[in-house]
Amino acid sequence: MDLIRIKNVEKKYKNGVTAIYDLNLAIEKGSFVFVIGGSGSGKSTLIKMLYREEKPTKGQVIVGGLDVAKLKNKKVYKLRRKLGIVFQDYRLLQKLTVYENVAFALECIGEKRDIIRTKVLKALEDVGLKNKVHEYPDNLSGGEQQRVAIARAIVNDPKLLLCDEPTGNLDPEKSMEIMKVLESINKLRGTTIIMATHDKEIVNKMKKQVITLKDGHLVKFKQKGTYAE
Amino acid sequence: MLGRNIRDAIKSVIRNFTLSLASISCITITLIIVAVAIIASFNVQNFTKEIERDMTIVVFLNNEVNQEDIDEVEEKIKKISNVEKYTFQTKQEIKKQMQEESDVFNTVLENFSDEDSPLKDTFQVKVKKVESIGKTAKKIQSIKNVAVVRYGEGMVEKMVTAFSSVEKVAIGIVAALIIVTVFLIVNTIKLTISARKREISIMRLVGASNITIKLPFIIEGMILGLFGSIVPVIITTYGYLAFYKHFDGHLYSNLIQLIQPEPFIYQASLIIIGIGIVVGMIGSASAVKKYLKI
Repeated sequence: MDLIRIKNVEKKYKNGVTAIYDLNLAIEKGSFVFVIGGSGSGKSTLIKMLYREEKPTKGQVIVGGLDVAKLKNKKVYKLRRKLGIVFQDYRLLQKLTVYENVAFALECIGEKRDIIRTKVLKALEDVGLKNKVHEYPDNLSGGEQQRVAIARAIVNDPKLLLCDEPTGNLDPEKSMEIMKVLESINKLRGTTIIMATHDKEIVNKMKKQVITLKDGHLVKFKQKGTYAE
Repeated sequence: MLGRNIRDAIKSVIRNFTLSLASISCITITLIIVAVAIIASFNVQNFTKEIERDMTIVVFLNNEVNQEDIDEVEEKIKKISNVEKYTFQTKQEIKKQMQEESDVFNTVLENFSDEDSPLKDTFQVKVKKVESIGKTAKKIQSIKNVAVVRYGEGMVEKMVTAFSSVEKVAIGIVAALIIVTVFLIVNTIKLTISARKREISIMRLVGASNITIKLPFIIEGMILGLFGSIVPVIITTYGYLAFYKHFDGHLYSNLIQLIQPEPFIYQASLIIIGIGIVVGMIGSASAVKKYLKI
């Protein structure tokens, strides 16, 4: 079954730049997809449209049955609860501990305290940070901070995990650690993962589905792709 | 859920102490002025009402009127729109009343028969709008068989008009100040919020509904309003008590009565606290709005 359906989508920004031209895509539940392309290829815009940071100018974006383009501002939270998002810059709250940062995601949606505890510890275990529960983000390495962000993104058991250049700030070794974490989440939790990246090495090693964008056009959609021009 | 929000709001007030203090001081200063304006305006309203209640047009009829003429005059007074109510006394009634009031009157009036009595049949007319008491008096004057019309010509009339314009100005000042306070709070809360932009954006990302995001800020605004109203309430309560005592309950003359401190100061305090909380709430709600749009 398709988790995501994108039909005839065009995105034109207010400044007149068109980031995506007539895009058609279907992404299956449980898949692991890389979105690759140079800067300005539209990969970030695609990710942003999936969590409705941006609305498509034309066409339909359906995520888990919700028509994202028609979603009202007030109802965006309904979509966001179905997905987790990871960014290049981690976006953690520096004043909160690792545990609190992850718990924050559940507190915001009014989850009960004992459920929060179980879920947070499980998520931190999944990313291999169970021993850093009481540390503050400042005391962690970049790779560890990104793993906290991943734990926060998956703590609510989302169907979909969106990653926008999650390894952009990390060295190759740490990047592979993150990729291992993501892969195990994909396998163990069955979470669909869509990851925008321009890291050739990662894409070539992982042998996952690859969507290649260029100047806003879909160039290729390969099942076991590599980062090739 | 609400408990957590209140806890978070108090935490945030403490965490952003300097900013909170700035907001609270702003609210305090404006509320003090608002409090003074409220007290002044209520007092002006009070003694204007007192004076208005006492204002009467006294209508003396001609000496030789009969019952038919009196009825005719009554009918015409009734028709004047500004007339609220009226009473009628015959000269005999007035004579009796005056004789009862003092012995001197008693002996003097004893010597007059009904025909040569200096007293006249009288209507006492209360008006709805004191501002146009003069016009009403003139209308009554023009009625047939009316001899003389008397009311607190000039002085009282002017005083009432002056008071009512003072009252209007006071209300205007209060309204303007409240608007200014809202703007001040909007701006100070915006500062607190912009320090927490990141937190809000993360809240949105992880799927917090708008109301969940707004609530702690709104409660924070209410707390700031509440704290900001403490000093003004103290000043109002003790200040008015001292003021009332110092002037012995009236200003300049017995005509201008001040409102009794109890329960007035409590009511005024409640109004001030209410304004503080509502203003804090509106300010923070409108400040946070901007951050909930994508």
